[in-house]
Amino acid sequence: MAALAVATLALSACAANEVGSSPSGSTSASAKSYSGTLNGIGSSAQGAAETVWATGFQTANPDVTVNYDPQGSGAGRTSFIGGSADFAGSDAALSDDELKSDFVGCAAGTSAIDLPVYISPIAIVYNVDGLKDLKLDAATIAGIFSGAITTWNDPKISAMNDGAKLPSGAITVVHRSDDSGTTQNFTEYLAANAKDVWTKPASQTYPYQVGDAAKGTSGVADAVKNANNSIAYIDDSGAGSLSKAQLKVGDSFSTISAAGAADVVAKSPVADGRDKNDLAIAIDRTNTDKNAWPLVLVSYMIACQEYKDQAKADLVKGYAAYVASDAAQQQAAKSAGSAPLASELAAKVKAAIESIK
Amino acid sequence: MTTETARTERVKVRIGDRVFGSSTVIAGSLILAVLAAVAIFLVVQSLPAFFAPSKELPGQPANFWAYVGPLVFGTVWSAAIALIVATPLSIGIALFISHYAPRRLAQTLGYIIDLLAAVPSVVFGLWGITVLAPFLQPFYAWLVDHLGWFPLFAGPVSGTGRTILTASIVLAVMVLPIMTAICREIFLQTPRLHEEAALALGATRWEMVRMAVLPFARAGIVSATMLGLGRALGETMAVAMVLSPALVVNFFLLQSRNPNTIAANIALQFPEASGISVNALLATGLVLFVVTLLVNSIARYVVGRRKAFSGAN
Repeated sequence: MAALAVATLALSACAANEVGSSPSGSTSASAKSYSGTLNGIGSSAQGAAETVWATGFQTANPDVTVNYDPQGSGAGRTSFIGGSADFAGSDAALSDDELKSDFVGCAAGTSAIDLPVYISPIAIVYNVDGLKDLKLDAATIAGIFSGAITTWNDPKISAMNDGAKLPSGAITVVHRSDDSGTTQNFTEYLAANAKDVWTKPASQTYPYQVGDAAKGTSGVADAVKNANNSIAYIDDSGAGSLSKAQLKVGDSFSTISAAGAADVVAKSPVADGRDKNDLAIAIDRTNTDKNAWPLVLVSYMIACQEYKDQAKADLVKGYAAYVASDAAQQQAAKSAGSAPLASELAAKVKAAIESIK
Repeated sequence: MTTETARTERVKVRIGDRVFGSSTVIAGSLILAVLAAVAIFLVVQSLPAFFAPSKELPGQPANFWAYVGPLVFGTVWSAAIALIVATPLSIGIALFISHYAPRRLAQTLGYIIDLLAAVPSVVFGLWGITVLAPFLQPFYAWLVDHLGWFPLFAGPVSGTGRTILTASIVLAVMVLPIMTAICREIFLQTPRLHEEAALALGATRWEMVRMAVLPFARAGIVSATMLGLGRALGETMAVAMVLSPALVVNFFLLQSRNPNTIAANIALQFPEASGISVNALLATGLVLFVVTLLVNSIARYVVGRRKAFSGAN
C-alpha cells in the first residue's frame, strides 16, 4: 500500500505540467493530495470493487473519505440526478430521458457522463453429477432458459457434447428474482445471438415464466449448489467452485476469462448520439474472435461533466482516475473477480476523466 | 368516574395534570398524523401508476390491477398457509406450557419461545434457503410422485425446494412466538373454579381443557391468530430470500413458480427500479396498506362479536 501511495504521488506530480499529454500519467489536475468526502450510490455488482478502490484511494489520501452505498443501479442514478450522490455506479448507462434531466449536483446547463470502469464476465454455471466441460451455444442456452429444452439429454445438448454423460433428469433453471443488470446483459446476449428461440427483448426483469427464481448473485449460487441438475447465469465473481459451461463463439468454444471479456468490451463501439466524453458502450454481442467472451456486463461510474463545486470536481476526478488506473483495476480483478479494462479503453476513459471540470 | 374528575377540576387544576393531559393528547394525535402522512404519501406517489400505459409497468401487464392482483393473492395465500400451520401448533404449545408441563419445564419453554421472537427475519431467511429448502426438496418430490393427483401437490416439483410451502413454513415459525405467548397468557387466566368444577364432575384433563379452557380462551385465540396474520402479511425479508417468485396466480404448493407477496416484491424490485416502476411499487405498497387495514378491521369485528359467546362471562 505504501508503494501504491508513492506511485500515486509520483503520477500526480508529473501530471501538473503535462495535463492530458500521456494517457497513463494523468491522475489529477493539481499536484496536491486530496481531502474531503465523496458519496457514491449505485450498482451492487460494483460493490466489492468499490470497496477495494475506496480503501486504496483512502490509503493514498488519508484526508479523503469515500462512501459507496450499493443500493442498486436505479437508486444510484436517481440519487445522482437528485444531487444526493456525488457519483453513481450503474450497470446501465444513463438513458436519453435521464440525460435530459436537470442534474442538481452539476453546473447549470451541463450534463453527466458515463465512464465504463467495471467489466465482469457472466458465467453459465451448472450442477450435474459427473458432468464436466459442458459446451453450449447461444441457441441452446436460449432454449434451456426459455423453457423449450427441458431435459439434460435433449438432442440439442448432446449434439454439442459428444461422449458426455448427460442425465435424463429435468433441467432446473435458476434465474434472478430481483431486477438486475446481470439479467439485462444475459438477455441482451441471447436476444442478439438467438433471435429465433429467445423472442423477448432484453430486460432487467427475467422475461420468461420458467424455473426457479432466487434473490441476488449469492441466492442464485446457493440455489444451484443445493439443487441437482440445475443451471443458471451468474456474475463470474459469485460463481465460486461451481462448474462453468463453455460458450460457442464463432466456430470454436471459449472458456470464460477476464481477458476475453475485456477484449470484447474494448472492441465494442461507443453508443451513437452522445457527448464526446460520454463513453456508454454498445457491447458487440456478436463478436466471434477466438476466446472472446461476449456474455459480459459493463458497469459505469456516472459523474458530472462539470460540477457546481470545484473541490468536489477535483475529488471526483482524482478518485475516477485512480479507479481507471491499471493498479486499481488489477486490484479489483483480484478481490472482486472483475476483468481489468483493456489498455485502449482505459486510455479513452482517462481522457474522459481529464475533461471533468 | 366522571363525577370524580369533574370534582377535581372544580377544586384546582394542577400544572402537572395539565402537562400530563396535553402530552397524552399530543402522543395520541401524533400517531394519527403519522398514519395519515403515510397514507397521503402512498396515495400521491401511487397515482401515476394507476394511469400509466401498460408498456411502462414492470413486466408489461395489461394494467396496474393485473400487476398487483397476483401479488395480493400471494400475500394472502402465503399468510393463510402460515396460519394453518402455526395456529394448531401454537395452541398446542401454549396448552402444554399452561396445563401439562411441570412448572420448571414450562418456564424454560416459555423463555425459549420468547427468544424465537427476537431472531431477525434475515436469519430465518438464511435458515430457509440453506437448511430448510434443501431438506424439504426430496420430501416434496415424494409428495408429487405419490400424491400428485391431489391438486395442491401437482407437479412438476421444484428442483430447489424454494416453494410457497417452504416460505410459509418459515413464516409460521416466525409468527409462532407471538401467537404462543398470547394463547399461553389467556389459558392461564381460565378461572380456577371452572377447571376444578370440570374435574370434580369427573372430566379427564382433555375434557376439562375442552369444556373450561378453550371456550374461555376463544376470543384470545382469535386475536392471537390475527396478530400472527398481521405479521405474516407484512413479512418481507424472509419471503424475499426463500421464495422462488413469478407473476402467477395458482394454488400449487410444490412448484417452482409461486405467487410473490407484495412486501417481498417491493424489496426485490425497488433497488433497480426507476421511473414509473417506482410509482407502481409504491402503489402495491398502498394496496398492502389497505389489505392489512381490512384484515385488522375484520379481526376486530370477529373478536368483538365472539366475546359475547365465549362463555367467559
